[in-house]
Amino acid sequence: MANAPTSSRFFARITALKLLNAFLGAWTLAVFAFLYVPIAVLVVYSFNESRLNIIWQGFTTRWYTELLHNAPLLTALKNSLLIAVFTTFFAIVLGTAGAWLLYRYQFRATRLIHALVSIPMIMPEIIIGISLLIFFTTVSLSLGFTTVVISHVTFCFPFVLVAVQARLQGLDPSLEEAALDLGATPFQAFWRIIVPNLRPAIVSGGLMAFTLSMDELIVTFFTTSAKSATLPIRVFGMAKIGLNPMLNALSAVLILATIASMLFSGNLKKLVMKSA
Amino acid sequence: MRPTSRSFSSRRAGLRAWLLLLPMLVWLAAFVVVPMGILLVYSFCQRDDLGRVVFVFSWENYARVFDPTYLAIFGRSVAYAAVTTVICVAAGYPVGYYIARRSEKRRNQLLLLVMIPFWTSFLVRTYAWITILKNDGLLNGMLQYTKLISAPLDIMYTPAAVIIGLVYAYLPFMILPIYSSAEKLDNALVEAAYDLGAGPVRSFAEVIVPLTWPGIAAGMLLVFVPAIGMFAITDLMGGARVPMIGNVIQNQFFQARNWPFGAALGVVFTLLFAVSYALLQRRRVWEEE
Repeated sequence: MANAPTSSRFFARITALKLLNAFLGAWTLAVFAFLYVPIAVLVVYSFNESRLNIIWQGFTTRWYTELLHNAPLLTALKNSLLIAVFTTFFAIVLGTAGAWLLYRYQFRATRLIHALVSIPMIMPEIIIGISLLIFFTTVSLSLGFTTVVISHVTFCFPFVLVAVQARLQGLDPSLEEAALDLGATPFQAFWRIIVPNLRPAIVSGGLMAFTLSMDELIVTFFTTSAKSATLPIRVFGMAKIGLNPMLNALSAVLILATIASMLFSGNLKKLVMKSA
Repeated sequence: MRPTSRSFSSRRAGLRAWLLLLPMLVWLAAFVVVPMGILLVYSFCQRDDLGRVVFVFSWENYARVFDPTYLAIFGRSVAYAAVTTVICVAAGYPVGYYIARRSEKRRNQLLLLVMIPFWTSFLVRTYAWITILKNDGLLNGMLQYTKLISAPLDIMYTPAAVIIGLVYAYLPFMILPIYSSAEKLDNALVEAAYDLGAGPVRSFAEVIVPLTWPGIAAGMLLVFVPAIGMFAITDLMGGARVPMIGNVIQNQFFQARNWPFGAALGVVFTLLFAVSYALLQRRRVWEEE
């Protein structure tokens, strides 16, 4: 090989790279098929007449209608939305204020505080769940909406904090200085200059908190009561029992909601960026 | 209001900054630090016949954790999580690498395709596999219809089903960090390796992998650690037949009602998590230097 003319070695390399690329492309396609075929099957069979999933017995939207009349699932959805809204609000307040203060001031224990903030993000959910369950029992706080919101805020606000912090790194420090020079109080400077500039990060952090809260199962499992059961808790219970075409329909709706919110958040971020 | 605010040299936090930060610090103390502390205390307690906690301290729960039964479950959890991680790296690496090498427009499209399952509830995605793998599910139906098999295969509630569920749930968490480090990879370095006579295998093993190691390590953290403690997927795909550490902990809190023992299992799991986290993190930092 070493004696082969340079040009043929060059072409051999090009072919090898092309082959490699083709292989990588085929592999990627296969992985995407693995990721998407089950989801597609789920959606297709949500329109199947048959209660048993395998045999196709004709098109129906019956399971969607039943879904709309299923009181426990609708209550769970309402609970989930309510919890997610409260969680997002508190996560944004705690996360944004925390990010700003940690960026603007040097605290004696900054590193320790950062480590503390990252614990709920990286800790296995089941540990957060059982430790909060024991905590709520110790302080005799009965499980319900409050305990679920507290638990969700605990692991959601660090994500807002990190998102806002990333944006702060790119922010011009003279913005605040200018505001203060022009006579704004530190609070006015924060509220009228800094916050509008942080809006894209606050929005994406908030969306993240909302999604994490809506999807959370494990921590909720330990900190909820039957009355405040969220949608994932109900779905988990139903999926344990077995196949149910209504679950297919619900899954299809949730997948659609995910795609819609992703497209929405992409566009929303652009809108916020423009208005900021 | 604050005449000294014009001098920006001093950014040291004063009393007011501490007061403003107080809500967050109180939150972290009350809902992260204190609960972990109580968990630790509980793990040394006992329970009475009614399942109530008795504050008599001993190492008994920890002795029980190291009973062969529970050690085996710990071992199995780690093994399953490791197999899941290895499959995710093997399946996800070429994808992350391939996406990073596309044009920007193509890259964004492909990334969106990874993000959709990433953001879709893992419950929904696990349920999708149940409909496929069940005895009367789609796969068995198709295999029987095409006369490839005469009796349905028992795939659900086997270790294979659990692994499929775990890989399916965590694969996007591996692809994304690998993509982001492959995207930063300087192609000139790979070219240089080729020019210096390294074959594809050698340049992959000695240039590409070390340079993208931060992404692999980050992906391993995002897959391995949660997979050890995941009980919902093992519950749904493995039934009661393949209990993992998460299932046992969950069981101690709800069915067996032995909270102190559940707490001890939790503490040991936390230590296991801390060790694997520190190892991967150190490796990552070391490689980045």
